[in-house]
Amino acid sequence: MGKLPVTSAVLTNRFERRTFVLGALQGGVGLMLATRLGYLAVAQNEKYQAASESNRVNLTLIPPRRGWVLDRFGKALASNRADFRVDIIPDRVVDRDRTMETLAGLLSLPPDKVRDIRDKLDKARGFQPVEVAASLDWERYASVTVRLPELPGVIPQQGFSRFYPTGAAVGHLVGYVGAASAEDYEKERNPLLVTPGFKIGKDGLEKHFETRLRGVPGARRVEATASGRIVRDLGTREDVPGKPIQLTINAGLQDYAARRVGLESGSVVVMDCETGDILAMASMPSFDPNSFSDGIGRIEWKMLSEDDHVPLRNKVLRGLYPPGSTVKPMIAMSFLEAGLDPSASVGCGGGLRVGNRVFHCWNRRGHGTVDMAKAIYQSCDVYFYHFAQKIGMDTIAKMARRLGMGQEFPMPYPGQSYGTVPDPAWKKKKYDKEWAVYDTVNATIGQGYMLSNPLQQAVMASRIASGREVMPRLLLDRNAPQPKSMGFRQDHLDYIHAAMSEVVNGRGTAGRAKLPVDVLMAGKTGTAQVVGLNVANGKSGQWKYRDHGHFIAFAPFDKPKYACAVVIEHGGGSGAAYPIARDVMTYIFDQAKAMEVLEGFEAQWGGNVQQRMASRYNVFAAKYGASAPKPVPDDAELAEQAEEGRKPAEAPATVQTDAAAPRPEPEQVPSRETAPGPSPTASSGAAAPAATGGQ
Amino acid sequence: MPRAYVPATIARQPWGVLLPLMALVGFGAAVLDSAAGGRFDVWAFSHVMRFCVFLVMAMVIARLPQDLFRKMALPAYGVLCALLVLVELIGGMGGGSQRWLNLGFMTLQPSELMKPGIVLVLAWFYSVLPVGETQSWRALGPAAVLLGIPAGLVMLQPDLGTGLAITFGAVVVMFMAGLPLRWFLGAGAAALVIAPLAFFTLLHEYQRNRVLVFLDPESDPLGTGYHITQSKIAIGSGGFIGKGFGNGSQSHLNYLPESHTDFVFSTMAEEWGMVGGLFVLVVFGLIFRWGLKVALAAPDRFSRLLAIGMTMTIFFYMCINLMMVMGLAPVVGIPLPWMSHGGSSMMTNMICVGTIMAVERWSRSAPKGLS
Repeated sequence: MGKLPVTSAVLTNRFERRTFVLGALQGGVGLMLATRLGYLAVAQNEKYQAASESNRVNLTLIPPRRGWVLDRFGKALASNRADFRVDIIPDRVVDRDRTMETLAGLLSLPPDKVRDIRDKLDKARGFQPVEVAASLDWERYASVTVRLPELPGVIPQQGFSRFYPTGAAVGHLVGYVGAASAEDYEKERNPLLVTPGFKIGKDGLEKHFETRLRGVPGARRVEATASGRIVRDLGTREDVPGKPIQLTINAGLQDYAARRVGLESGSVVVMDCETGDILAMASMPSFDPNSFSDGIGRIEWKMLSEDDHVPLRNKVLRGLYPPGSTVKPMIAMSFLEAGLDPSASVGCGGGLRVGNRVFHCWNRRGHGTVDMAKAIYQSCDVYFYHFAQKIGMDTIAKMARRLGMGQEFPMPYPGQSYGTVPDPAWKKKKYDKEWAVYDTVNATIGQGYMLSNPLQQAVMASRIASGREVMPRLLLDRNAPQPKSMGFRQDHLDYIHAAMSEVVNGRGTAGRAKLPVDVLMAGKTGTAQVVGLNVANGKSGQWKYRDHGHFIAFAPFDKPKYACAVVIEHGGGSGAAYPIARDVMTYIFDQAKAMEVLEGFEAQWGGNVQQRMASRYNVFAAKYGASAPKPVPDDAELAEQAEEGRKPAEAPATVQTDAAAPRPEPEQVPSRETAPGPSPTASSGAAAPAATGGQ
Repeated sequence: MPRAYVPATIARQPWGVLLPLMALVGFGAAVLDSAAGGRFDVWAFSHVMRFCVFLVMAMVIARLPQDLFRKMALPAYGVLCALLVLVELIGGMGGGSQRWLNLGFMTLQPSELMKPGIVLVLAWFYSVLPVGETQSWRALGPAAVLLGIPAGLVMLQPDLGTGLAITFGAVVVMFMAGLPLRWFLGAGAAALVIAPLAFFTLLHEYQRNRVLVFLDPESDPLGTGYHITQSKIAIGSGGFIGKGFGNGSQSHLNYLPESHTDFVFSTMAEEWGMVGGLFVLVVFGLIFRWGLKVALAAPDRFSRLLAIGMTMTIFFYMCINLMMVMGLAPVVGIPLPWMSHGGSSMMTNMICVGTIMAVERWSRSAPKGLS
């Protein structure tokens, strides 16, 4: 067309043509929209229908109730408690500060708790629920529920939480539960793990029997709005509670033993020496598994991690100590088996000369003529030095192993420390050094390389008591066959039993351990030095340098049924251990009498375990408040720290070069049983040192 | 013919557009009723009432003489520009972006009124421009200024959607005024070059995000992409015949945002399915066909440009909205005419319809070809 003059007609014509173009454009767009509509609604219908359905229907898992942990009589060591709780899903929170502020107001959370939650929120992976509060009463729970629309990401719910009725007494025994960590989730990939309110076993039996205790989650299908408001229920499937486990533990005895340790740091193990059933296994001080299960707070963490009594270590299985003179009945047994006449005697003048060296007895004045029985009840070192030289370390070591020393037992706990039973071959292999006289001397008094844990001592006591090859058992099995005999001669056993009874009931080193009931208990004291005499005398001074106190016992002495081992770390000697063994044994035969004694002590100690922990907590809270310097460790860190605490305290890192100085056996100082831990002042003169006969 | 029995005043009404409009508004009211959880009084009632009020207004506009339109074109444009400046100033003082003026009985959004306003003023401009000048720069310069002022002010608010709508209406009028085709092709090519630059320099962060998310909605399923994703789920899950009236879970459980305004089509499609969607498309088609027919039959240049500009403004609304809800365009706040709940857009669209109706009346009274 080119350069035609533009006229009105040309423009009109152009208008009409361009209108047609626009009309075509509209038609094209319409067609495109219709096609797109068809694509979405028909071709992709299935996909979007599924998406819409997954929007509409919300499947909530209901955490299953955990199986109970029961004692041998069916009493609960760990149960479940119905509670109201509030969790936060970090991902869904819009305004973290405002949400926390509102929640802190509604639930009246203290500032240190708020800081704990903030720390956890910072660390948590988006999907992991963070607990804000549990065990709420109805009013507070309801106050959160009604504010829900303005608190996205906050999940209040009704559920069950783990409850340990005796608290700290079963901390190490049962373990505790906690929210699943990211690693747990990586391992299992189970949506249950990230369901708010669900806890998995983190330690001890709770962890070991996780699959059995867990149960099957229930599920609730609800129609929910985008903001999480539930419109209606579409159906609920009940959860299947986990299966219970029944232990051999006697809950009352366990609690008593834990409480009786008092301010000391130590372990008590009580076994049925005919079957191997563990009746009590307490390591104190401990942690309260109830508060661990709620997620431990910064103040409590500080309190536990700064305690030199290492509450996080299960001392029964992880604590290693030189057993001291408690090995003497075992050594005597090895002598008898080797054919030594028990009436063979040696003269003790306070020391034994070997070559040009003198090895001292704990009693420098000497014991006079000593036969095997006297050597046990007076704990004469010279007797054992003398005959050990004759009979040889290999025989002793073999017997030690037969009786359970140095052995690892099949217990449902990870990583026992099983210690050492030294013999010449071992020393050669380990240090490439020849066995020396002083090594035998050390071993016969349970010092030097000899290390054991309290459970091994209890097993040793049990095997000596019953002459049966008992294995410690924690799971109750009433149909288990009786353990087979050790093969000891009955007259040998009777001889040892009588000598051990003399320790308590006669002229021995633990006269005050006599039971206040009509049952005779047999036992053996032990005092193990921690540092040489050149550092401290072991009785007083700095707590960490004091001697360990040991006592093994069984009762009744003539028909043994119960065996017991008590180890008090840095107790200053066996005098710290045997009163505890006495009271724990008393509890078995006469609960009322034992409780009376305990209540008397607890009045002096400042309350029972819970009360003492609570007041200690308050002191820490007042001191540090929300500014507790160490942040709460997350799960991985906690496990690591606890692991650190579990490492055996003393392992022989260096080769020993000399004999240990034996420590005096009968108490020389006023009773320490009422003296609170690190403080050397004895507050009670009531229990005056009993003059043990025939020293 | 039955027509003889219908009273003249009724027969004279432009039923070709009124019936489709009523169908859309009625359908829209039903959808709004469902979106409010089966309550008519929440949105549906006011929706219908507004339509009635603005229908009366449209009728009044339809009876205005062409002279008045011509005379009012420039002053109305000036007033609207002043209002845009005023809004900008108030927004500046308030410390945020504000798009409306509170008149007490209603909130007025000047940028909305500018959509028909720009069409009117440009139609007037090209009708007074000598025919010979249409191929010269003089046809472009003043028009560019007339467009640039309001479009710039609206973009500053910032309201990209309305800015584009105003520009689109203006460009359609220029195109239909017979400006050389190569200008548009050239401008289109230039836009292709400038768009990426503008994207990274001129757009606000949230606008840029919307575009990015539009390109990949799954990248941000809980943020901006949430709107697109949930809208597609609503439409897609409806299927061919829909979930049934009142059974749309996406809208009822609040997964679909803005289910009664911008995303009303998704709410509809979830419950009425593809059938409902096609119905809406067909009804819109009828309205646009009527608009184009009116434009083609218009008696003079001014009314022709006016009618086609108004038609295309409505078309732009519908086109962008539907593309947005179906995931073909970024999320821009443009409602669906006569179905979305909202007074401003209803008013704008009824002004457009009223103007087209006026053009239709002029062409009846003044036979074509005399001017």
